[in-house]
Amino acid sequence: MSSPADASTLLDRHFLEVRARLLEVAATLDRLDRAQGDVSGDPRKDQLDRAIAMLADPEAGRAERLQRLFSRAYSEDWRSQMEL
Amino acid sequence: MDYIDPHIHMVSRITDDYATLARMGCVAISEPAFWAGFDRGSADGFRDYFRQLTEVEPQRAAQYGIQHFCWLCINAKEAENVSLARDVIAMIPEFLDAPGVLGIGEIGLNKNTRNESIVFLEHMELAIKHDQPILIHTPHLEDKYQGTRMILDMLNGDSRIDRSRVLVDHVEEHTIRAVLDDGYWAGMTLYPVSKCTPQRAADMIEMVGPERLLANSAGDWGPSKPTAVPDLIFELRQRGHSESLIRKVVYDNPREFFAKSKNFRFTPRS
Ligand SMILES: [Zn+2]
Repeated sequence: MSSPADASTLLDRHFLEVRARLLEVAATLDRLDRAQGDVSGDPRKDQLDRAIAMLADPEAGRAERLQRLFSRAYSEDWRSQMEL
Repeated sequence: MDYIDPHIHMVSRITDDYATLARMGCVAISEPAFWAGFDRGSADGFRDYFRQLTEVEPQRAAQYGIQHFCWLCINAKEAENVSLARDVIAMIPEFLDAPGVLGIGEIGLNKNTRNESIVFLEHMELAIKHDQPILIHTPHLEDKYQGTRMILDMLNGDSRIDRSRVLVDHVEEHTIRAVLDDGYWAGMTLYPVSKCTPQRAADMIEMVGPERLLANSAGDWGPSKPTAVPDLIFELRQRGHSESLIRKVVYDNPREFFAKSKNFRFTPRS
């Protein structure tokens, strides 16, 4: 199923909101740079960096890919691992 | 537009919320049994809760012209205590013939542990033995994908499960297709903060279509918005979706799913 909404109307509706959210991300990254200490080895920082790169991917399904990035791994043989 | 909220915890809400829901067009709700914000100490604590769900809450709802249905179980969080969970599961059949009890729920996983899985499987047995539909909670945030896949494994691994009588709730972009593709119903939960927004729920409807798809507020004692379903209706209208599509998701689909329960007696507004 597609959307009946008009793309340029949607952009009108969401432009300022998305701009504000991107600014929040940019400012948070700047804040991290200014702060004492270093989070470059923190896996969450790596996740955020990869998420930001994903947004630039023109392929649809960005939300789903981001969700997967922030998800714990699933292993098919969990029942035998848990002896269930 | 008349709508049904298929997942809302009204015991945690004030009577003014019933009035607001009624004004927004809510004509029926279903209330799954869940965590009270603290661990209950005994099966008797659950017996009192089930009386509240089956006797008290339907009367409170009826004052506002809202029909109240419910689901019974011990939730995943308290299911970590397996012996308490077994006591509660043994007591549930006392209530299964009460008017408005639609089935077993919201069972599920929370931290995806072995104990939670054991209790999930025992709830499945209970539902099968008593021919009950099932409503399932999936975990949040980083546990959701793994937990949803584990739940689907347990359901798919039992050929006695009728998939058309199982609703898997709190689906998001990365779990919705697996649930629907395996033949289950899927519920999207709209939260005001941190989780799925009405906009993303509308996106998911556009991505997968409206078949076997429900939307709920999961309003409870935490930050939540009981009127989230009307927010979704408004979002879909703003995008130009048809009234028949909107009505299918927020009214026809819940009715069709609930009708899988022998205790579902619903009187539409005339
Ligand atoms: Zn719930």
